[in-house]
Amino acid sequence: MSTQKVQIVEKILDANDQLANQILKKLNDAEIFAINIMASPGSGKTSVILKTIEKLKGEMNIAVIEGDTAAVTIDADKVTALGMPAVQINTGGQCHLDAVLMEQGVDALDLSDIDLLIVENVGNLICPASFKIGTHSNVVVASVPEGDDKPYKYTNIYRGIDVLLLNKTDLLPYIDFRLDYFKDGIHALNQNLKFFEVSCKTGEGIEDWIDWLREKVKAQKNHR
Amino acid sequence: MHELAVTESILKIAEKHAVQSQAKKVTDVHIVIGRLSSIVNDSIQFYWDIISKNTLCENAKLHFERVPAKVLCLNCSFEFELPGELTPCPKCQSMRLKVIKGEEFWLDSIEIER
Repeated sequence: MSTQKVQIVEKILDANDQLANQILKKLNDAEIFAINIMASPGSGKTSVILKTIEKLKGEMNIAVIEGDTAAVTIDADKVTALGMPAVQINTGGQCHLDAVLMEQGVDALDLSDIDLLIVENVGNLICPASFKIGTHSNVVVASVPEGDDKPYKYTNIYRGIDVLLLNKTDLLPYIDFRLDYFKDGIHALNQNLKFFEVSCKTGEGIEDWIDWLREKVKAQKNHR
Repeated sequence: MHELAVTESILKIAEKHAVQSQAKKVTDVHIVIGRLSSIVNDSIQFYWDIISKNTLCENAKLHFERVPAKVLCLNCSFEFELPGELTPCPKCQSMRLKVIKGEEFWLDSIEIER
């Protein structure tokens, strides 16, 4: 029997992308600004989130979706302790959040009362870059101890993001970290990237990041 | 590490088009993967053999076409292939680059028996 060729040309992650677009629409309808925070384990994602909540909790309502590979609620508990709603998503070992998991998280929240939604993706610099989850901005938290060569090795994630926070800058005097080399790497494939140097420990640089967020949340309200 | 989810998507799309084309059997599946897509061929094949059992795609052979990563230098407009790690433009050493190829990740075609 002879075979016949059927031309398809369909994006393999199209179903995920479509669902991500629906989620984005849902968030827009509720006038929520949402960010997807990605990083390697230990870079300080949770510290950045907690610091952000501390700074903004008097002026807006923030919710957090925590993506974790196992049913560990340490991070979600810290957010709840600050009086903000947190939803824990257990990816069951999966290395990233995808739109299906994100939708579960979004549906578990009361969207009518949220201004800023922070999604903490699974600690991983490779897989989360491939999956849209329907947020407005992709943010990476890098940290000084990880080394200055990471943008050269993990080009995928640095290419697709809007904001980069370089955390733990208080350690710069003790570590061979060439800031210029790092900056060249992050801006190489992503000239429009917003870059913030922060230290969650000393609080240095955090205000600039908070100002950026404040602007974005405000713009999302005026947008409609 | 997310090859299972990806393989499930491939199977879903292939099955959909096989049914639409009234196929009795899918013999070959052609996939195009850009070098910048972090996907491992062998892992996809491994999951494919397991999850395609009892479907129209059972025993179908997967073919992967790898597209090299190409970048454009925004300074001197030179186009070059990325060797692996991110490198400056070999002509002018600029680091202002733009990816123009290598992000592909799609199902190109299937071969079927009716």
